Amino acid sequence: MTDAQVLLTLAVALFAIGFLGVVVRRHILIMLMCMELMLNGVNLSLVTFAHEQGSPLGAVLVFLIFVVAAAEIAIAIPIALLLVRRKRTVDLYAYTDLKG
Amino acid sequence: MEWLLEHLDRLLLYVFGAGALVSALLMLVLRQPMRVALALISAMVFLGGIYGLLGVHFIAAFQVLIYVGAIMVFMVYVIMMLDPRDPSCAERFSVLVLPAVVAFVLLVGVLGYVVWAGAPALAGGAYGSVYELRQFAASFLKEYWLHFELTSVLLVVAVVAAVAVIQVHRGRHD
Repeated sequence: MTDAQVLLTLAVALFAIGFLGVVVRRHILIMLMCMELMLNGVNLSLVTFAHEQGSPLGAVLVFLIFVVAAAEIAIAIPIALLLVRRKRTVDLYAYTDLKG
Repeated sequence: MEWLLEHLDRLLLYVFGAGALVSALLMLVLRQPMRVALALISAMVFLGGIYGLLGVHFIAAFQVLIYVGAIMVFMVYVIMMLDPRDPSCAERFSVLVLPAVVAFVLLVGVLGYVVWAGAPALAGGAYGSVYELRQFAASFLKEYWLHFELTSVLLVVAVVAAVAVIQVHRGRHD
């Protein structure tokens, strides 16, 4: 068992746990944080592959993912705050009227 | 003692990995959003330690600076803004627990199989620095300059969109 396999397994576990959290939890901020955990799992796999290949491409991609995560949070937090202000709750099940 | 020093890198890697995994699992079961945020912060710091062990120190620094220092501080501020004693979210899990667990097992099974079956492709690199910050910066601005510029456009769009979301809300209430 190489270290790369251990790291990739950890990346898979983090991504899957984040996915489980997004689907299972009901608090909208916790769901956002689980999405961040999924991004972290992807970052770990990219860094592992970049380390294996010895190329800076994976690090470049990780850097771009940092920027995308910052942009995502900058949009998601105001939307979540507006929803909470309108519905007076952080429970996901109060927003079911958003369904098309 | 010599054995410990010889295998210190691998030992630290396992310790950091186990810490990240435990923190991620705690995120699933903790009830208070602030505790979930702290668990996520600890997972990110452990991942930063793993990046440092792998020799990509600048990614480790970015991980702590951008993720923990900017994104999670923002998230903690928002959690503090909301009422911590809000009784509306008493239920911890949604009704989709069973399908989500099935999908989780399938996802872990498929991806885990790919990781373990694709083992010969991975050589198992050594610890320490494979490439330096200078090489990273040069390739960033020579080969990937277009992507760099596109992310700056994305950031501008995100700022404009955030302002627009707030403006829509304000216009409706005036």
